[in-house]
Amino acid sequence: MSDRELLEGSEAIARAAVAAGCRFFAGYPMTPFTELLEQMAVWLPKADGVCMNAESELEAVGMAWGAATTGHMAATGSTGQGLSLMQESLSEITNARLPLVVFNMARGQGDYFQATRGGGHGDYRHIVLAPMDVPEAVEATGLAFRLANQWRTPVMVLGDYYLAHTYQAVSVPPIERGAPERPDWALNGSTGGSGAAKIISPLGSGVDGEEGFDLGAHYAACAAHIEAMSAGVEPLVDAGFCDDADLVVAAYGSVGKFVRYACLRLREAGHKVGYVRPITLWPFPSEAVRDAIAGAAKAAVYEQNMGQMLDDVRLAVLGAAPVEFIGGPSWDPAGFGIGPDINVPDISQRILEAMT
Amino acid sequence: MEAVEELQLAPRAITVFGIGCYTAFAHNLDVEVVQALHGRAPSVATGIKRMLPDGFVLTVQGDGDMVNEGLQEMLHAAARGESITCLLLNNGVFGETGGQMTATTALGQRTKTSIEGRDPHQHGHPILLSDLAAALEGAAYVARCAVNNAGNVARTKRCITRAFESQMAGAGFSLVEILTMCPTGWFVDTLEGPGYLKDNLAPVHRIGELKAP
Repeated sequence: MSDRELLEGSEAIARAAVAAGCRFFAGYPMTPFTELLEQMAVWLPKADGVCMNAESELEAVGMAWGAATTGHMAATGSTGQGLSLMQESLSEITNARLPLVVFNMARGQGDYFQATRGGGHGDYRHIVLAPMDVPEAVEATGLAFRLANQWRTPVMVLGDYYLAHTYQAVSVPPIERGAPERPDWALNGSTGGSGAAKIISPLGSGVDGEEGFDLGAHYAACAAHIEAMSAGVEPLVDAGFCDDADLVVAAYGSVGKFVRYACLRLREAGHKVGYVRPITLWPFPSEAVRDAIAGAAKAAVYEQNMGQMLDDVRLAVLGAAPVEFIGGPSWDPAGFGIGPDINVPDISQRILEAMT
Repeated sequence: MEAVEELQLAPRAITVFGIGCYTAFAHNLDVEVVQALHGRAPSVATGIKRMLPDGFVLTVQGDGDMVNEGLQEMLHAAARGESITCLLLNNGVFGETGGQMTATTALGQRTKTSIEGRDPHQHGHPILLSDLAAALEGAAYVARCAVNNAGNVARTKRCITRAFESQMAGAGFSLVEILTMCPTGWFVDTLEGPGYLKDNLAPVHRIGELKAP
């Protein structure tokens, strides 16, 4: 007997988050993220958690920030537009060394740079995971909470309209009531009056041996932590048919699933094409992408924007192979990112043109 | 902080600081502290209180922080009846940046961005924050105090104590607005501070308990 259920992406992600120990969520409705907020409001109370319908994205991320300081696993989310509003806090939360999971159900693929470059002020990065479909999103959600706690950092799960709204048969872990154990650094008020009360501050909280109030020292420590994450977070990538490929196509997210299928069909028709699909977008799996492309004469990038991940693929290859951009913006009239070009024959045609 | 000690709240208190000249206190207090962004303390405090319902949560913010940048979330927290206490240190200027006009600057008050005095036609009218908050159903205790003389300091402490007791009783949202002095930002001698407060701020932002159980 399979324990799989037919679930919409938003419900599967919400349940996976609560099962992973998430006990606080705050959000503000915005398509295509709205249903994730609705599902959190359904599922969090079943685990004695709290879901807030905040007055705006500014307060949603602020509430999640506060909840995170108590050591309870907290999350927020929005679309790329709402994430723009949250960036000031996300930057500071990263510097405050707080774990937080951010579900970004973006409109199309135009927000790759926003997600992977540290979308706010300051010299920071946080982990970004880009699942291609609902089962992978369930895995990525559990991983996001584990990484957030392990590295004390925000982790973004980057999806889109398709991920949030596609129904798929999927197995989600069971939800248990009560709160997971909280870490030692968490606040609960108890160190007040001890002479050494805890502080959690983006200006320096005494993590990793930092002492006193010295922003220069704190920012240096934050930079060192980001370098450690860059080297220490295992990059995830999915690749296929690369060994004897003449052309390797790179793509990510839901669109990456379509590209993968196009490559499979082209292989069946005898075309020597391979694919590589980064799942961690930061740290970018440069080595795996370079290896996937190493044997090919050429690489191509398909993404539905003006060429953003393109930069990371070119940096990974460092001139060893030409990297052609075969994507482009694709918008539905409503602008929700349900691009008409998400279409296997069209993608296949672009791949074949790049091979000639 | 005396009130925190007297009510024996130190071992369960978490203080959320906004950004202003008072932010320097954040590292010098012996209570647990979360440093928030400018304007964002009430939402951060909300997240903390929702996860620690038995805790005692307060914010410390200036008028630039609470009434300019963070007015929306302050009012929403009050309307929700969020069980937190907000302390507004209101001196009518941006002190940290050197004396610019805030939303609470009195009409006629000279600042670096209202050089001839605040003009209602050009700069608009001051926002009377406590009056706004007191009108909201979720606000249980709202008081406006001042610290320009010993009597007012003692009254301020009584109001803070009542606000804290109101939070611990689960009555809802509580706010204590405290008119404070910033002679540097007002461009007056330090000794003129108490008089300036009495003559300029206090007639606009009227002292007293606006809402009490």
